[in-house]
Amino acid sequence: MRLYRHRRRGAWPLVLAAAIAVAALSLLPVGFVLVVLVQSGWGTASALLFRPRIGELLINTMLLEVLAVPLSIVLALALAWLTERSDLKWRALWRWLAVAPLAIPAFVQAYAWDSAIPVLRGLWPAVLVSVLAYFPLVYLPVIAQLRRLDPAMEDVAATLGTRPLAVFLRVVLPQLRLAISGGALLIALHLLSEYGLYVLIRYDTLTVAIVSQFQAVYDGPAANLMGIVLVFLAVVFLAAEAWMRGERRYARVGGGAARQVALAKLGAWWPLFMALPLLVTVLAIGLPVVTLLRWLLIGGVEAWHLPQLAVATWQTAGYALAGAVTVCIMALPIAWLAARAPGPLQKTLENIHFQVGALPGVIVALALVAVTVRVALPLYQTVATLLLAYVLLYLPRAIVSVRASLAQVPVELERAATALGRPPLIVLVGVTLRLAFPGIAAGMALVAMGITTELTATLMLSPIGTETLATQFWARTGEFDHVGAAPFALAMVILSLPLCVILHSQATGARSS
Amino acid sequence: MTVLHIANLGKTYGTTTALAGINLDVAMGSRTVIVGPSGSGKTTLLRLIAGFETPDAGKIELNGELIADREVGVPAHRRNIGLVMQEGALFPHLSVLDNICFGIRSEADASKRALALMDLAELDRGMAQRQPHQLSGGQQQRVALARALARQPRLMLLDEPFSALDAGLREQMRDATANILAQAGVATVLVTHDRDEAMGFADQLVILRDGRLVQAGSPKSLYRRPVNATTAAFLGAAIILPADFSGRTAECALGALLIAEDDAAEGAGKVLVRPEQLNIAVAPEAEWRVVSALDRGNKSAVTIERVYRGDRVMISFDDVSTHGLEVGQAVQVEITGTVHPLES
Repeated sequence: MRLYRHRRRGAWPLVLAAAIAVAALSLLPVGFVLVVLVQSGWGTASALLFRPRIGELLINTMLLEVLAVPLSIVLALALAWLTERSDLKWRALWRWLAVAPLAIPAFVQAYAWDSAIPVLRGLWPAVLVSVLAYFPLVYLPVIAQLRRLDPAMEDVAATLGTRPLAVFLRVVLPQLRLAISGGALLIALHLLSEYGLYVLIRYDTLTVAIVSQFQAVYDGPAANLMGIVLVFLAVVFLAAEAWMRGERRYARVGGGAARQVALAKLGAWWPLFMALPLLVTVLAIGLPVVTLLRWLLIGGVEAWHLPQLAVATWQTAGYALAGAVTVCIMALPIAWLAARAPGPLQKTLENIHFQVGALPGVIVALALVAVTVRVALPLYQTVATLLLAYVLLYLPRAIVSVRASLAQVPVELERAATALGRPPLIVLVGVTLRLAFPGIAAGMALVAMGITTELTATLMLSPIGTETLATQFWARTGEFDHVGAAPFALAMVILSLPLCVILHSQATGARSS
Repeated sequence: MTVLHIANLGKTYGTTTALAGINLDVAMGSRTVIVGPSGSGKTTLLRLIAGFETPDAGKIELNGELIADREVGVPAHRRNIGLVMQEGALFPHLSVLDNICFGIRSEADASKRALALMDLAELDRGMAQRQPHQLSGGQQQRVALARALARQPRLMLLDEPFSALDAGLREQMRDATANILAQAGVATVLVTHDRDEAMGFADQLVILRDGRLVQAGSPKSLYRRPVNATTAAFLGAAIILPADFSGRTAECALGALLIAEDDAAEGAGKVLVRPEQLNIAVAPEAEWRVVSALDRGNKSAVTIERVYRGDRVMISFDDVSTHGLEVGQAVQVEITGTVHPLES
């Protein structure tokens, strides 16, 4: 038998090298921000940044955040309590309807409101549409956490003479802190990077200003420097979330099957309570769907420019598929290290992979434009660059799915296969990836649906002649062609429906795992 | 003829020593059981033999060929050492037949050989197309065993293979496994923390504690002649008393006891008496008094005491032969056979 020199470090050097390469790639946007800071120098930077216009944009953005984020939390908590802890009728239906707004991209939501009620302009309409579009991002982790809590604690609190509402506030709510702060961070970052919604509602945020500045002057210092303000805000939100989350962990002590929690009785007041999910459904799903159908009806058959719709669907599917596969392959090395060879180096690498997910899409786009224009001009406005943007934007999402599904494959199976004579690489492909595939496929689906409705980076980076559903839709709303935009909006909504199904089952399946 | 030869094997994790100075030989066709409490290093030893860990000192040889030392090693997938794990580790996406065929290289007669192995493992051939989750725990272990045997391994490793099974099934699977392995003629190393499993399965019993090999030998010799009190107590109920040795005599609370010729010793130490060596009879003038006697039907737990050289000495034991003893009765104790001195 041939003898081989031992590898002392455990992890395969090739996997580690691949993970380092992907980590380096995901540092690109941060590197871009640093280069811009250094190159523009204090004089230019202060002249461009300390202007009343920037202050106004900053105030607009922050007003939106401080209003929309808390409102989303309150709405999500109220719906979560009603659908998980009360005896409200048709709870399963309301639960689905509370997740369903995720199928309607924020800019389609805004298009529906804007075209239905054209007088909606400015801060409050922007807050309304933002909350309707994004509150499920808090609702989902909260119901998942609610299902994981040990009902015994609530029972004990009740025996100590605490009223039901007080039990929720004093016992349940503190344990939802992680879920709430995580979801709130997601919403805050989404609001920061959202572009289409606020253009349609005519509300100038930093991102809106950056994109319009960018469209006027490609790779100009003004857009890049405003981008730095955006990155700064993202970092502040991340720090705020870390502070809110705190050091505490809420572990469930002791095993045993979780029991069914006692549901709060709404009694004769139930119609009043049902009004909330009903109202949310009407506003977040009813209005956009009805508006869409109305425009489709008005347009009739002629509005369906089928060849264009087919081209756009085809191109979108191509980008989504290629992007999803690329992202998941690039997520594999770090996900494998995290699942099989955890350590300080792997943790650092993983954090580097994740930071790019907190950056607004507009920053990733600005960075890629700058790099392609200055360093690799042949790549400027190519499919490869756009795919790279998708990779950077959706890498964290893919890692979470891939890592979880790899971790679910018992390491004993790998050992058994090795003892039966399979070389390591064959074991990885034939056993580990084979068994992890369903989870990885779900991750791919999440990424693909994200790409399908991605607007900002696609607008900024797409090669000339690109006709995706999002860009076609956007071009038509830009010309106030509500009728022409409707089929594209409908296509995006239909393609996003599986997203709701996956996220709903991930959140509600938490009890069985 | 030695299949597995381990010399001075050592393994450390950071500052923790998992194994040190392990020497072990496994004879062809024999069954070796490595037993020790959790944290004793037995699983580390198994993983070193299988090739999932690399040693920091010493060497491992298989059939006289080096398979690992601190510099080099044969990768696990080329060692041809069979492995059966606690939960069986069947591939959940493959049928029973495909699981067994997994390690067979030649495709031509793979399923024929797999079916023969199912017969050997006493698995009904009708199960061939079942999925692992449709099998009981015992059946899963039989499939895992057949799968490992399919490659005609040079050595079989069993990592607590019965501990996930029900108590009744455990003994039955242990005997069946020993039988199947004997028919296949494969030398086997089993690790466990279960005393009865170890005593029931082993030709050679190896005691590990804190990463060191305490003692190795046949179950009988280890039971009768353990090197120290911990091992004595680990292998079975033990009565350990201070004693003065003089040649083949141990003077203790139970009187002057006979020591085996090889164990002759001098000076003060400790002596091991196994409860089955005790012969107890009621005798009004005797020194021992019964201080508690719990009759539980099939067994009785008895404690007796006496004053010996100014100290109170107590002995507790379970025995079926002492039915009817009552608290306060005087009893006399006689010892049959030889007793064994222990390192203190």
